[in-house]
Amino acid sequence: MTNSYQREQFEQLVLPHMDAAYNLARWLVRNPHDAEDLAQEAMTRAIRFFSGFRGGDPRAWLLTIVRNSCFTWLGRNRAHDLAEFNEEAHSPGISEHVDQSSIQMPPNNPEIMAIAQSESLRVRRALEELPLIFREAVVMREIEEMSYKEIAAVTNVSIGTVMSRLARGRDRLRAILVESIRTNPEPMEEPIP
Amino acid sequence: MTCQESTRLLAGYFDSELDLVHSLEVEDHLRTCAACASTLEADRALRATIARSRLRFSAPPTVVRNVRTAVANAFPPEKSAPNRWAWNWSFAAIAAAFIFCAVLTWKLLPASSPNNSTSIADEAIADHIRALMPGHLSDVESTDQHTVKPWFDGKLDFAPPVENFTAQGFPLIGGRLDYLDQHPAAALVYQRRKHFISVFLLPATGEPDRAESQTTERGYNVISWTRGAMNYWLVSDLNPAELEELAKLLRGEQVGTK
Repeated sequence: MTNSYQREQFEQLVLPHMDAAYNLARWLVRNPHDAEDLAQEAMTRAIRFFSGFRGGDPRAWLLTIVRNSCFTWLGRNRAHDLAEFNEEAHSPGISEHVDQSSIQMPPNNPEIMAIAQSESLRVRRALEELPLIFREAVVMREIEEMSYKEIAAVTNVSIGTVMSRLARGRDRLRAILVESIRTNPEPMEEPIP
Repeated sequence: MTCQESTRLLAGYFDSELDLVHSLEVEDHLRTCAACASTLEADRALRATIARSRLRFSAPPTVVRNVRTAVANAFPPEKSAPNRWAWNWSFAAIAAAFIFCAVLTWKLLPASSPNNSTSIADEAIADHIRALMPGHLSDVESTDQHTVKPWFDGKLDFAPPVENFTAQGFPLIGGRLDYLDQHPAAALVYQRRKHFISVFLLPATGEPDRAESQTTERGYNVISWTRGAMNYWLVSDLNPAELEELAKLLRGEQVGTK
């Protein structure tokens, strides 16, 4: 394969997903500076490993590399996030079950109204607060609009696990939003840059 | 369908990921269960709110620029020089890279050692150190060579020989894909007491067999050789004598009893 062919392939298949790569890194590490470094590092790795790309979904392939880079970084710099992640991921049974709270306490109408009217900044903070294991699933589903199969491929878990993580993640995210509105009802505004 | 079953499948229903039969069952249940119906409504409100909040970050211009430069450098155009500017730029880049490498070589490398293998040894050590970081040691963890070997299928364009030496005190604990000397490489991870040993295997197409050479850099021992069109690089903080033992096992040579 010639260089120009490889380059063309890379530019057509992988480069269009650069925003997705940065977006995932940004939500995993939760700060723009490190996300820039990690997205760049992951893209460099993608270039290096491109000869090993055997077809399939290029976005899922790229995001797997991004996620690996970010998890390595988190392990070194935010060990707590990763420890919490591993605890959730390896507690048998729990991740497959739905939170008891959501069965006993379905969201009521005022809560649904509050969620519907939340301001962007509040939603962003709430998503940042969501534990890593749920955050990545929600980001890939709600922001990247990926299928369960794609999310399962990137996060290396079964489709059933993706489904239960999304269910729990959304429950938690709604709970965080409701709690945020209860404790701080003033509208949140973007700080003026 | 019970409420518990429905709750388990509700997310899949909401995301249109259920098959037809399960979808209908959930819909049936939703008609009679206010709790599940309101959870679904809340999820819809959440989705609308997230969509409205524009939470997707775009790659900053500096990242886009740097990545495009990296792509251009990684896949340089072949010989043809379509225009003067492109030629000038690539010439400048090559010249700069050459000067950079020359300075680096002059600064960093001991004069006596062969440059090429030293840089590969350096790279192998860096790969080994990176692999020791949490969660990175092996993509496939197994002491069973039958699991490790098929794992490489389809990921590499060569079949690395995989053997377990648990009986000889070097259990195989896993394998991963790595990159060495600009080639995809198989990295096997063996363990000796508390020490990890990375064994990098990469094809040596057209290269003659090369006898074993051994170096020590940054506290890591490196043993390498070429045999049967395969390059072997062993990296570890294990002492040279025991590392040599593994080298012999990998070559199928007799190892003296300890």
